[in-house]
Amino acid sequence: MLAESLALSAVLFTIGTIGVLTRRNAIVIFMCVELMLNAVNLTFVALSKVYGMAGQVFVVFVMTVAAAEAAVGLAIIIAIFRHKQTVNLENINLLKG
Amino acid sequence: MLLQEATTGAHALSGSIAEWVWLIPVLPFLGFLINGWLSMSSAAHVGPKDPSAAGHGHDAHGGAEGHSDHGGAHGDDHHPVVRHKYAGIVSVIGPAVLLLSFGLTVAIFMAMLGVDREAPFVRTLFSWIPAGDLHIDAALQVDPLSMVMTLVVTGVGTLIHLFSVGYMQDDPGYPRYFAYLNLFVSFMLVLVLGASYPVLFVGWEGVGLCSYLLIGFWFSDKANADAGKKAFVVNRIGDFGFLIAMFMMFANLGALDFVGVAAAAPGMGFNSVLATTICLFLFLGCAGKSAQIPLYIWLPDAMAGPTPVSALIHAATMVTAGVYLIARSAFLFSLAPAAQLTVAFVGALTALFAATIGLKQWDIKRVLAYSTVSQLGYMFVGVGVGAYAAGVFHLVTHAFFKALLFLGSGSVIFAMHRAYHATHNHDDAQDMRNMGGLRRYMPITFVLMWIATLAIAGIPFFAGFFSKDEILGAVFARAHESTLAQVTLLGIPGSTLLYVIYAMGLAAALLTAIYMTRMMLYTFHGPNRSGEKEQSHLAEAPWIMTGPLVILGVLSLFGGWLNLPDLIPFGPVGLLEHWLEPVVGAATAVVTGPAEAHSVITEVYLIGAAVLIAILGIVIAVVRLKPTRLVPKAQAPDEHGFERVLREKYYVDELYDRVIVRPTVWISRNVLSTGVDQGIIDKLLVTWVGAGIPRLFGWFGSRLQSGQVGTYAWVLLIGVIAVLGAFTLR
Repeated sequence: MLAESLALSAVLFTIGTIGVLTRRNAIVIFMCVELMLNAVNLTFVALSKVYGMAGQVFVVFVMTVAAAEAAVGLAIIIAIFRHKQTVNLENINLLKG
Repeated sequence: MLLQEATTGAHALSGSIAEWVWLIPVLPFLGFLINGWLSMSSAAHVGPKDPSAAGHGHDAHGGAEGHSDHGGAHGDDHHPVVRHKYAGIVSVIGPAVLLLSFGLTVAIFMAMLGVDREAPFVRTLFSWIPAGDLHIDAALQVDPLSMVMTLVVTGVGTLIHLFSVGYMQDDPGYPRYFAYLNLFVSFMLVLVLGASYPVLFVGWEGVGLCSYLLIGFWFSDKANADAGKKAFVVNRIGDFGFLIAMFMMFANLGALDFVGVAAAAPGMGFNSVLATTICLFLFLGCAGKSAQIPLYIWLPDAMAGPTPVSALIHAATMVTAGVYLIARSAFLFSLAPAAQLTVAFVGALTALFAATIGLKQWDIKRVLAYSTVSQLGYMFVGVGVGAYAAGVFHLVTHAFFKALLFLGSGSVIFAMHRAYHATHNHDDAQDMRNMGGLRRYMPITFVLMWIATLAIAGIPFFAGFFSKDEILGAVFARAHESTLAQVTLLGIPGSTLLYVIYAMGLAAALLTAIYMTRMMLYTFHGPNRSGEKEQSHLAEAPWIMTGPLVILGVLSLFGGWLNLPDLIPFGPVGLLEHWLEPVVGAATAVVTGPAEAHSVITEVYLIGAAVLIAILGIVIAVVRLKPTRLVPKAQAPDEHGFERVLREKYYVDELYDRVIVRPTVWISRNVLSTGVDQGIIDKLLVTWVGAGIPRLFGWFGSRLQSGQVGTYAWVLLIGVIAVLGAFTLR
């Protein structure tokens, strides 16, 4: 059961990573990041079976932080959209040297 | 008693009044603080007009070159003279602090008379520089040599302070003058009382500073400010030598206090390169401070300061610091005969060279300035040949008669200036061609100046006779038999060199007698050349100025009794030599070797020769020089040939200007400024290296910043994989 769970979370994490790297829409990237977080959560839960309750406690923390991050992240994306009328990251390159 | 003290370990003077030695320099320093404060708090003050003083004020003032530089002084002629509002209190504080210091010195001297003086009494005040192996205490040393110097500095200093009260009375910078003068004495006392080279160096630099401040006292005249600057810069060259010598001492001997260095010095070995190098660097310092060839050029220009300053700093005390330093470092010089011969030879050369220049100077103070350089040369001959007591003896007698000569000339300039001031004459008050016949107007100064002149010329039984004769006698004796006679310097046997030095000393003595008599003849004898109207205004200086002159006159007459030779035993023989025995006796013994008594016959011949030379000089001057033929400066014809060369001081200043000053300025401007500073530093280092390289890296760095978040995410991923890979594959 453990091996299957870990495999699933690895697949989810990889999908999330690829999504972050390849997509251009900020909202989609944001969702991919959530996917990666939840993949990690799944790993925690699966491993807590072996290593004790700490993993499950950690998942609660991660979800809390993820919620806060979602609030802040979405607020930033809305602010960007108001500013530039787009959420396509290719058009957002103010950090360019 | 001797043994008891040695066994208990405590010095005989501990617990006595000598514990208060630190007050000796502190008292004048307090005077400096008070006078300086009074000066600053009244900087913008214009006092009430004093009708009695109006028209008689003076700022008698020495010019660097005797021409244009008098404009400043005379420019003030028509201003009402205002005595400073604090003149009264300053006149009390200035000399009083010195008098107190002198009293304390005498008390300590008395305390020393009865006790064992073999070891110096060191009074440690606090730890000054504790840094690793280097540990320097702020400590003062009471020993026979420092006491002699302190007595001279405070004693003669007090007299000159008193004279200044009269001389400077109407100067607007009166409190400032006394502040500087007190500060000078304070530093001079640190110099002579310091128990280590660094403490001595503090005083050494301090007196240099005060010398600069006082030479440029009337700084609104550029020539005076320049003279101060010249003295300061030339002295830096000497100080460089002194510093190097101290560094070498610390590096090789591990100590810098006199007791420690004296204990460690023999480890360097007799006639070793190290000892000789240290001594030569020390001597470079002395040559700067004591105006010896090649660094003597600042002293004649230093006459731009007020005349009492010339008497105190540039004749009696500061310029003798070099002689003191060598006597103090006798334990080092006794290890370095080559350095000793160098000192003696440079001294003799300076004595002769400066004396020839003195023959043709017209400014009364310049004659005395070159005379001072010449006499300092004598002192260096003395300490150079290991006759430290004789050198210090000449230092003391010279302080008496040269202070008298300078103050006497100050009194003359004061009178001349007052007369010119009253008649609105703009002639040079210091040029001897404008004087003449002053004996009728200022008889006291006249008599006292002659006493000093006879003393410096070496006429028997005056102070200078004994000291000069002792130096010449010592040179002759050393040439005959000593360790110095056995070494060679640059291939010349020491013995030959010493005979040459003796001959040069005699020649210088002849010239001394000539130029001093010339000065007296032109100043006090013959007809008066100052002008009809001026004559009615010529008068003797007030008692506050003549009083110190009289005391110095007595000292110049009887100063020789400090150290009578065996041949002339009117009193106790060799007092000073015996007194200095604990400090320099061992070093002298190294030079003389096994005590050899000079035959009485030779000694009589030597003294006879010296006396004959002195009398011959005076006779030559009296016969050859006719003051009646002199005309005032304004109508004087130009000199030609060698006379002109002498008047122009062998063009040494011009030579230095061409060879050293101008190339230095040229190199500074064209190589160091344009080339190094603007070329290498500004362009290469700042613009190219300092600004260019960061910009290059910045350019590469900025290429990495695409601004695309995706790219950063890729880099992050690759980085994470790389780190994980590194950990897993390890």
